[in-house]
Amino acid sequence: MIAFWILSPIMVAAALGILFARKAVHAALLLAVVMVGLAVLYALQDAPFLFAVQIIVYTGAILMLFLFVLMLVGVDASDSVVETIKGQRLMATVVGLLFGAVVVLGVAQVSLGAVTGLAEANADGNVPGLAQLLFSRYVFAFEATSALLITAAVGAMVLAHRERLSPKQTQADLAAQRMRDYASKGLHPGPLPSPGVFARHNAVDTPALLPDGTPAEASVSRVLSARGAVRSAPATDVDRLTDSMGDGTSNRAVTRSGPRGPIDGDPSDRARPEGTEDQA
Amino acid sequence: MSATPFLVLSAILFTIGCVGVLTRRNAIVVFMCVELMLNASNLALVTFSRVNGNLDGQVAAFFVMVVAAAEVVVGLAIIMTIFRTRRSASVDDASLLKY
Repeated sequence: MIAFWILSPIMVAAALGILFARKAVHAALLLAVVMVGLAVLYALQDAPFLFAVQIIVYTGAILMLFLFVLMLVGVDASDSVVETIKGQRLMATVVGLLFGAVVVLGVAQVSLGAVTGLAEANADGNVPGLAQLLFSRYVFAFEATSALLITAAVGAMVLAHRERLSPKQTQADLAAQRMRDYASKGLHPGPLPSPGVFARHNAVDTPALLPDGTPAEASVSRVLSARGAVRSAPATDVDRLTDSMGDGTSNRAVTRSGPRGPIDGDPSDRARPEGTEDQA
Repeated sequence: MSATPFLVLSAILFTIGCVGVLTRRNAIVVFMCVELMLNASNLALVTFSRVNGNLDGQVAAFFVMVVAAAEVVVGLAIIMTIFRTRRSASVDDASLLKY
């Protein structure tokens, strides 16, 4: 019973986390916590076969399927906060709480009598006992299960299969398309620019800077911009870095007086207000 | 080892799953909440099996698991198909049959 009292708060907290998690991946991982907790509760209640099945089938297979689909659909497909029906979220919560109160009170008031326990039923092992039932009394349900499984497998294949409507584009086609775009729209036919490799940020999330100091949008991966994970590399950073390095060839560094900090020093401790660089 | 705490936990988990189905917008998270409800009912079945002293409840829980596995496979395939045509996994976007 100690295991139950330790596990049940964890499981309820994880289940509540599924309700409030912003990202679907977090919800999936919290669901894994609930499922492993349930597996332990099965083991606690003399159901070792269901313990193994819960971990292998639910946590191992079904949850991994969820994660696969999440990765295919895109991790950034998060919930919108906008309500389509006004007050629906509040109403759902109220109705849910009422339902929960009714069910919990109802279950708590029922007197179940003495717990028989499974010592007798599990006398020659839990798995042989289940097999005995499964292949005698429930054999037709078991057979129907096989029909269900094969229907599900075929259905998933049919739904996931995609007929190719146009021929696959080869590399030669892609190259010809690039040249056509260049001829008609003036698009750059070469590869995209690489991201900014900058003395203080050496990462793919920093856009490269064009000669006039503006960031080149095409240099950062589309996925990173969609997630909003792009760092800014403003043109003033270049000036500051040039300043701090004391580059003699730069006009601005010569004309501007002021203390020169170390390269990795905090730019703000030079007591120069933002935006004055452009006027210099 | 009394059975009531297990049943209460099962009821609480089922309620949380219900509220999740009603409030969440992402179809995959809605599906996870359905799974949570199925799991909660499984816990009740296993508990009743122990109360009654026979294994029928555990067989029922086993069948629920099999049906849940089949349902997840088909449901996720449908979500994938909807996402492929509409570029969205939100349950609000698939409202074409309404009009």
